[in-house]
Amino acid sequence: MMDPRKKLDLAAVRARLQGAHGRDYWRSLDELAATPEFQDLMEREFPRQAVGWSEDEDPVKGRRNFLKLMGASLALAGLSACTRQPTEYITPYVRQPEDLIPGRPLFYATATTLNGVATGVLAESHEGRPTKIEGNPEHPATLGACDAFSQASVLQLYDPDRMATATYSGEIRSWSTFYGALRGILSEQKAKSGAGIRILTETVTSPTMADQLRQIRQLFPALKWHQWEPAGPHSARAGAVMAFGQPVNTYYDLSAANVVVSIDSDFLASGPASLRYARQFAARRRVRGNQTAMNRLYVVEPMPTPTGSKADHRLPLRAADIEVFAGALTAAVGTGRGPESGENHDIYKWVDEIGRDLARNKGASLVIAGEHQPPVVHAFAHAMNASLGNVGKTVFNTDPIEADPVDQVASLEDLVKDLDAGAVDLLLILGGNPVFNAPVELGLRDRLTKARVRAHLSLYDDETSRACQWRLPEAHYLEAWGDARAFDGTATIQQPLIQPLYGGKSAYEVLQMFTDRPEKSGREIVKDYWAGQHTGADFEVWWRRAVHDGVVANTAFPARQPALHAENIAGPARSPKLGGKFEVIFRPDPAIYDGRFANNGWLQELPRPITKLTWDNAAIISPASAHFLGVDTGDMLELTYQGRSLRAPAWIQPGHVESAVTLHLGYGRTRAGRAGTGIGFNPYGLRTAKALWHDNGLEVKKVSGSYEFATTQMEHMLDVRRHLFRAADIEDYKKNPESVHAGSEDPPRGLTLYPEWKYEGHAWGMAIDLTSCTGCSACVVACQAENNIAVVGKDQVRRGRAMHWLRVDSYYKGEIADPEIDNQPVTCMQCENAPCELVCPVQATSHSSEGLNDMVYNRCVGTRYCSNNCPYKVRRFNFFLFSDYETPSLKLLHNPDVTVRSRGVMEKCTYCVQRINAAKIDAEKEGRKVRDGEIQTACQATCPTEAIIFGDVNDPNSRVSKMKAEKLNYGMLADLNTRPRTTYLAELRNPNPGIEE
Amino acid sequence: MSQLFHHGANAIARFTIFGAVFVVAFLGWVGFELNSSAWVTRIAQQRQQPVPFSHEHHVGGLGLDCRYCHTTVETSSFANIPPTKTCMNCHSQIWLTSATLEPVRASFRTGTSIQWTRVHDLPDFVYFNHSIHIDKGIGCESCHGRIDLMPLTRQVNTLEMSWCLDCHRAPEKYVRPREFVTTMGYHPAGDQVEIGLRLVKQYGIQDARTLTSCNTCHR
Repeated sequence: MMDPRKKLDLAAVRARLQGAHGRDYWRSLDELAATPEFQDLMEREFPRQAVGWSEDEDPVKGRRNFLKLMGASLALAGLSACTRQPTEYITPYVRQPEDLIPGRPLFYATATTLNGVATGVLAESHEGRPTKIEGNPEHPATLGACDAFSQASVLQLYDPDRMATATYSGEIRSWSTFYGALRGILSEQKAKSGAGIRILTETVTSPTMADQLRQIRQLFPALKWHQWEPAGPHSARAGAVMAFGQPVNTYYDLSAANVVVSIDSDFLASGPASLRYARQFAARRRVRGNQTAMNRLYVVEPMPTPTGSKADHRLPLRAADIEVFAGALTAAVGTGRGPESGENHDIYKWVDEIGRDLARNKGASLVIAGEHQPPVVHAFAHAMNASLGNVGKTVFNTDPIEADPVDQVASLEDLVKDLDAGAVDLLLILGGNPVFNAPVELGLRDRLTKARVRAHLSLYDDETSRACQWRLPEAHYLEAWGDARAFDGTATIQQPLIQPLYGGKSAYEVLQMFTDRPEKSGREIVKDYWAGQHTGADFEVWWRRAVHDGVVANTAFPARQPALHAENIAGPARSPKLGGKFEVIFRPDPAIYDGRFANNGWLQELPRPITKLTWDNAAIISPASAHFLGVDTGDMLELTYQGRSLRAPAWIQPGHVESAVTLHLGYGRTRAGRAGTGIGFNPYGLRTAKALWHDNGLEVKKVSGSYEFATTQMEHMLDVRRHLFRAADIEDYKKNPESVHAGSEDPPRGLTLYPEWKYEGHAWGMAIDLTSCTGCSACVVACQAENNIAVVGKDQVRRGRAMHWLRVDSYYKGEIADPEIDNQPVTCMQCENAPCELVCPVQATSHSSEGLNDMVYNRCVGTRYCSNNCPYKVRRFNFFLFSDYETPSLKLLHNPDVTVRSRGVMEKCTYCVQRINAAKIDAEKEGRKVRDGEIQTACQATCPTEAIIFGDVNDPNSRVSKMKAEKLNYGMLADLNTRPRTTYLAELRNPNPGIEE
Repeated sequence: MSQLFHHGANAIARFTIFGAVFVVAFLGWVGFELNSSAWVTRIAQQRQQPVPFSHEHHVGGLGLDCRYCHTTVETSSFANIPPTKTCMNCHSQIWLTSATLEPVRASFRTGTSIQWTRVHDLPDFVYFNHSIHIDKGIGCESCHGRIDLMPLTRQVNTLEMSWCLDCHRAPEKYVRPREFVTTMGYHPAGDQVEIGLRLVKQYGIQDARTLTSCNTCHR
């Protein structure tokens, strides 16, 4: 981002921090080092790269070009307004479906899966085109919220790079040809009981598919079914076996927990029930009026996560040390043997105090082990929760939700053994991308060819497809029938909204070919299964209800309490010695996950929580490690682990643990599509079955070369000294609520020469509770989907031209090794005294009677004066034609209620005015007022923690008015007398008074 | 060195500089006239349709209500063009062999939509909502004219922004009682402005400031 930069001067940074007061926030290490580049970025509207013509711009020529083009565009702008409308056609239905009203969207309940586990969603359909995903309020895993993956799944549906046809060795074939070939093999295999057939799937929770596989294995008893999920909960499964002697599914109830200890678990932003957990967690931290009780969160983790940013006490520890920590905490709670000693004294820093806090809250506390921690940590967590009496109160154990909870690493190794033995005649891979993401030592790409016939059913023609003769297009979840279980076993019927765009088939339909009823459609397969499960005569009614609600009633697994085998649980006695090497830590990428979303532009361009990195992964290290290695962000590192090495650029992350490197999986794809191919680097190249998540012994060496990241952390930067972010500890707040706003200035309303304007009718406003916001960034993608926001690409992001209307700013406070991390969503504030409106020469932005800053795209001539005058830097300019008007499949994606903006037009958040108007019209037709909560902006609807509340500030009883009446409420840069309609509720934390930081 | 320009050139120069004002003004006037001309607004142009559907016959002659075909006009932003099925409700019984109606029968047989040419076409950045206008007592006729007299549908108003604003600034001049919304050839029973002001109040029509806020139509 910043061109030739000076090396990070850690000493200067430390000196500056020491001189700083406790309340001081900072946004980056550059800021602390007070580099001139930083000052420049803060004072500018856009980073320097965002303006100008080309990289090698000559200042004189640039101005000349500017004048030439301005003259030409002025002339053309005038002319273009005079075009005659082209002739349009209307093609009505032949027979209009009963429920469909053209112009009004319909919502259908369905489910998306990640790692096989269901997230219940509502898909919005405009005349048969799914355009937007919302959470399903009736689904236990979402409670109406939605995550970034689900939001972005509509873009995946319309992805023009999806596999468009079945091929055999590169030649186009029809599905029936494949079925013919399959039948041939099956009849051949019949005699051998299917001994040569292998089916490789991702994790399966689907009851229907489990039943299909059961039937298939009856017909072919020697057939083997393998499962592989690169980022699945392998350790949690093994940890349950260690603790209980059997696989167990565990979930939590955060609403009953006063004290929560996260042992490297990002439970607020990742995992199958994170939306539910986040909502429950935030509800227990909401301070309103006299309600000042807050829960307390301790987080131990190597790499800062959204959960870590919410922690009242966050302890950065290397992943291996966390094992020791878990053992010590178990001992402190009083249920196990603690480790003898540790090299790393930090491990024991808070153990006693956390243990006491947990013990004080027996039955109302919770210990959560991270999915990526080894089995013993999970077993420790089970032991602690049991001894704290949390089981049945905050922790629930059920039967596993997976159809077959096998050890997937062993399952894959078993497959490899058979491949080596030449025992595989047909390998059918249903979904997934094992060639890319299997443990590296298995060498699956070469070994796969040992199977005689290989077929891959996949959304994309990817790395695994390349190793297969048959490449089969898979139907997207919005195109196919199916079902899946949620975190607690609740089953959801997945119903399609659109015919397969690329002739894809679902895994259910392909598996059905193995059975004696191959002709069944996807719908029949799923419906017939449930007909078999349902007892009672009213199946048709029951089925319609289940499909409609998106939840099959009474399918959640009952909680049970398996006996704990405490004697089996033993952790390491001491923390491992690094011996001068580093710890390598693998984690799924926060946006593209295990690589499956690599071709999704929305997710690629989503600034990752904490790092704000886009379009890349990095070797994430701590500032101290960077100093030790003598590297700065962007310098290339050579990482060597067990003889395999990888080159990756360094990224310095304050709050990251020392002597460890975090690598986010999913990048370095070679066959992902036009967006995802060839970007980032591939940590799967170092990842072995023995060390799926972390291990010691990584050698890190600085090598020549440097790399340019595209991060949004330094773009749209405001002067942090101006009390942008306000926070307090709950005890201080209770003593003096005004302390939150100390030092800030809020001009009285009368401080203006103009008479006070009275807003009659509605006055829309928003309040954002910073205590609730986890920075998960689902709102950013929701806004993008709702408002047709374009993707600009890495190079344009680097120039500060990312188009997101909503950004989540990250702030740091305190020591660089372990800062407090804060998140602040920033959108257009809809100022009542809007500086942007005054400077627009064509009145393209003007004030509505309800207090919105309207932005009229068709009027905008692109002077950018408004953006220049916006103190919040929330306006976005279409420097190029970023919107895709050409790709046919992407035309289906757009929200028809929002203009698709062209080049040269300014755009910004409008509080989802299309939703406001739709609700107002509906209310007026029914002769009533708009109800509070009836209008939900896209960001609000998706927010798992209900941090964002929108409503009418003229109604004193609305939720937003009540929030704004809180003492925590403040307007960002309100000292400018802009009177922002969006205000914030200062963040409160609840630190343990017994812990001195 | 002799002068490059002779004396008379001064006059020509003065004339062109002075004349340029007129030339620019003239060009501006031409542009404005062209832009609001029938050629650009497509006002009064009869458009070719796959089936020469006559509103004159169906509305004026047979007396069909607008909402028999345009069913969604009260519920949706879009007043739908009827599906082929609606045509076939009657035309499976009458005019069975008419060659003019063959495209309709073909559509019903093959399941392929009829492609109608759009007559009233607002720019894509305008988000017009039929249902709220019907609800607030704006007659079909107010925008679409005397449909019952049109053998082939044509546009009678410019659909320019200034035309929209005429009503949004002073809705009392155009609103009618809800029961007359689909009436063609409506005459107010009394003074329009007087009735209008009463209806504006009764129907809760928003004030001009709200109705002329940009986001009422643009977003």
